[in-house]
Amino acid sequence: MSYEEVIFYFVAAVTVLGALGVVLTRNVVHSALFLILALLAVAGVFILLSAEFLAIVQILIYGGAVTILILFVMMLTRVRDMPQALDGPQRPFAALAAGAFLVLSVLAALSSDWPGETREITVVPFREMGEALFRDWAVPFEVASLVLLVALIGAIVLARGEEGE
Amino acid sequence: MLSDWGHVGFLLLLALVFPVGGIASSWMLGLLKIRPQAPDPIKEDIFECGVETEGTAWVQFNFRYYYYALLFVIFDVEAVFLYPWAVSLDEASVTGFIAVVTFIVILTIGLAYAWRKKALEWL
Repeated sequence: MSYEEVIFYFVAAVTVLGALGVVLTRNVVHSALFLILALLAVAGVFILLSAEFLAIVQILIYGGAVTILILFVMMLTRVRDMPQALDGPQRPFAALAAGAFLVLSVLAALSSDWPGETREITVVPFREMGEALFRDWAVPFEVASLVLLVALIGAIVLARGEEGE
Repeated sequence: MLSDWGHVGFLLLLALVFPVGGIASSWMLGLLKIRPQAPDPIKEDIFECGVETEGTAWVQFNFRYYYYALLFVIFDVEAVFLYPWAVSLDEASVTGFIAVVTFIVILTIGLAYAWRKKALEWL
């Protein structure tokens, strides 16, 4: 077993353990922390695939921003005072939906045609990606900033509306 | 290329060993009766000095703090785009510079809007 494989199995095990921690712990804050662990381990998988930019996005956006949002939601709402929000009569339906999704994912994984082993990895260097992003695809890049602007203003308008100013 | 990440892995390992080693060695020395163990209500307080804590830390925060999280997510996405630009500064040249400045200016409009709407005010 090459050292890449050792690292991969370690990172994959951490991902699975983190994901299990998310669903098995009863404390939602612990769940969020386990989620950070799982997302960071996925960033490790991206690094093993030589997708460095994706790894950075995974750490900064998912491991940082998204989990911060989740923790903020827990701070702003009183999750602990509302155990019925975490557990309730909808439990069998939730189990059914989760089970159906699991069966679907397993079926999809079994029936898909995996590309198989490869001897070389296509590495996209950071600078080449920057060149493509800022020269060849500059317009979509600017459109992305507009989308972010719309999201920002929209979020503030929506939050203001709830407040009733 | 992958071996460059070995340095990162080493730092990560160090970051794990440092706190775990401290706790584990303290626990081990406690088991071996080398470390004295004299519990005291003040010593076991969350803070040994300062204001005494009251109630739980899990209180409901003002809804308006959500703005900070939203702004943080938006500008985090912006920061992610700045990394490839910083690395390819030479290749991207003036065109790339203008593209990135436009990108930042458009997002600054959003920051100005949030500021104007008093979303940044601390309560």
